Amino acid sequence: MRRAFVNARLLDPASGLDQKGGLLVLGESIADIGPHIRPGQLAPDIEWVDCHGHCLAPGLVDMRTQFREPGEEHKETLDSISRAAAAGGITALVGLPNTRPVIDDVAVVEFVARRAREVKLVKIFVYGGVTKGLDGKQLVEMGLLREAGALAFTDGLHAVRNAQVMRNALSYAKAFDALIIQHPEDPDLADGGHMNEGELATRLGLAGIPTAAESVLLERDRRLVALTGGRYHAAHVSSAEGLAVIRRAKAEGLRMTADTAPPYFALNDLEVQGYRTFAKVSPPLRSEDDRLAVVEALQDGTIDVIASDHAPHDQESKRIPFAQAEPGMVGVETLLPLALELYHKGQLPLLDLLRKMTVAPAALLGLPLGTLGVGKPADLVLFDLDRPWRLDVKGGVGKSKNAPYDGRPVQGQVRMTVVDGRIVYQVPEN
Amino acid sequence: MADIIFPHQHILGIEGMGPDAISTILDLSESYVDLNRQRDKKRSDLRGRTVINVFFESSTRTRTSFELAGKRLGADVINIAVEASAINKGETLLDTAMTLNAMHPDVLVVRHPYSGAVQLISEKVECAVVNAGDGWHEHPTQALLDALTIRRRVGKLAGLNVAICGDVAHSRVARSNILLLHTMGAFVRIVAPPTLVPADAAKLGVDVYHDMAEGLKDADIVMMLRIQTERMRGSLFPSQREYFRYFGLDAEKLKAAKPDALIMHPGPMNRGIEIDSDVADDINRSVIPEQVEMGVAVRMACLDLLTRNVIANFDDDSSKGGAA
Repeated sequence: MRRAFVNARLLDPASGLDQKGGLLVLGESIADIGPHIRPGQLAPDIEWVDCHGHCLAPGLVDMRTQFREPGEEHKETLDSISRAAAAGGITALVGLPNTRPVIDDVAVVEFVARRAREVKLVKIFVYGGVTKGLDGKQLVEMGLLREAGALAFTDGLHAVRNAQVMRNALSYAKAFDALIIQHPEDPDLADGGHMNEGELATRLGLAGIPTAAESVLLERDRRLVALTGGRYHAAHVSSAEGLAVIRRAKAEGLRMTADTAPPYFALNDLEVQGYRTFAKVSPPLRSEDDRLAVVEALQDGTIDVIASDHAPHDQESKRIPFAQAEPGMVGVETLLPLALELYHKGQLPLLDLLRKMTVAPAALLGLPLGTLGVGKPADLVLFDLDRPWRLDVKGGVGKSKNAPYDGRPVQGQVRMTVVDGRIVYQVPEN
Repeated sequence: MADIIFPHQHILGIEGMGPDAISTILDLSESYVDLNRQRDKKRSDLRGRTVINVFFESSTRTRTSFELAGKRLGADVINIAVEASAINKGETLLDTAMTLNAMHPDVLVVRHPYSGAVQLISEKVECAVVNAGDGWHEHPTQALLDALTIRRRVGKLAGLNVAICGDVAHSRVARSNILLLHTMGAFVRIVAPPTLVPADAAKLGVDVYHDMAEGLKDADIVMMLRIQTERMRGSLFPSQREYFRYFGLDAEKLKAAKPDALIMHPGPMNRGIEIDSDVADDINRSVIPEQVEMGVAVRMACLDLLTRNVIANFDDDSSKGGAA
């Protein structure tokens, strides 16, 4: 298979490339890239795709999703999340271990790998739990799970609560240079809470979660990272206070990184008004000041990665009283257009933005992905940077439709997604 | 009374209710206070109407009050008690709502342990819905009966200093009262230990005190809140003894308030914890039994106004070209 993408705006954050040109794919890999790849220069047996000047970038690497298979296939399956991710320009995604059964054992890692091979759309990876049963007590077999393919370790939606367990996890993982990913929320301070603590929670009569729940745990973990020298990543950081801890840890040279997700820079806690359960996420949507702090942390590099934090839920998990509703929203299909808001508002240069969704997460997880380097897998996204449209979550590809974005005007749309040289998504012609 | 305008389809909370609507309810309630004091209390205004009390949380006084209100107006009243545990096992809340809706009630009176649950039900049914208390959110008829009690005793609401004391953080009664009293032009302070003051309380427009002597100074109304027994076991305050010492209302602390200040409590009282029996039973100052009496009248007014279905009639009229 020889295919050339011509007449494109090539964007490669890894090399800083931003120029017009083309990209040649041989088999599953990138064979050549540059301005010299033009329709006229191609051998006659090369199939070519005219990009019409649109952006051709490495396919997005989404380091935080929940794919619900095995166990809750009525919410999402590896097949449905793969199709949804492909529609969102994502070529590789990593799932949390909070499936049923949970991923704390080699057998489940192998099951997911086998199912991913069967679906064979986008690249699917998993994390292992930090602890058996994700219950915060006994460490998983990190070495064996890593050999089986687990990229890093996290207890998913649960914070590792016990400081000694976290210390040991960070310390033991060093033997394999493995990354520990934390859900940074103190379970006691967050206990019983359903939304950001503050005026709206008071008005709605909902128990609040203070931002200190985030900063207290991050502060503890910062000291444990200093103590152990381990590699630590804070998932979906949501508050100014929490980000200050990460910023300080980085200044001290600690191996601490962070990601956030579109809800935390595209929405604030006012979204909960009217008890909208689609706006219930964990950690909760924060105040406008916190949202602005997240944008600032994306700008100054405190936040390394943007992930979708995709959390599919069925109606029965959301059309119930707010306190009972499951937290989380879907996000793989809306990741790119929501992230591009940062570019269109002039808050982040395009390459910096793409870096946080391509080579940055790939490097953190040790994946040879997220670049347009010659010889690398041909995982690509072609997108129209400027096209205005309205998000249509209900009309999405994924099985679940839980996100409060319907009708939101955005700019930028995925036109084609390529995995290992195969076209896995093409925008429907309209 | 056909010319009364009540522009609400449901009574889900005081939020969103203007001074005119509140006054309309209070004015109509007055007439029912008189009726309730007569020997023959039965009216037939709601004959043929069905009121269902759906209580997902146990209640004696509020449920009885609504039941009496409906029956005195001639409605058929049915009580359904749904244990919260049963909801988790089987039918979802919306399924329950749809089941009830299919029985064509005219009014659903709903109490639920979760904030926002009553609103959720109202979105799914075709009849009027009255919130009889949802989580920590609102308890509008309690605020209305408190307002009626005050208005009858003092003659007005505007300009009064009202001190709401106790567990404001977990109180739907406090939220509805703050909203109503502000709407009617009263000044509200809350007096509580910091652990029982909700976050950003000052943004609700109230003054916050942690000292009864300061908080009750020159108060016209002292409104005590019930301390839920389940809160006493947590780390919100150390003991009942200490709570009563600093935040319980007794004759000594009451001296800071105006000499004729009224004492209120939504009930049921924890005597010796948030309120001393001497002040609770002071026939000159305590209006606690009167609050219960006003409760029936206010709920009659609410059921009456909602079943008139002014909005539906208005829509019908306007569709005929506004001939009415």
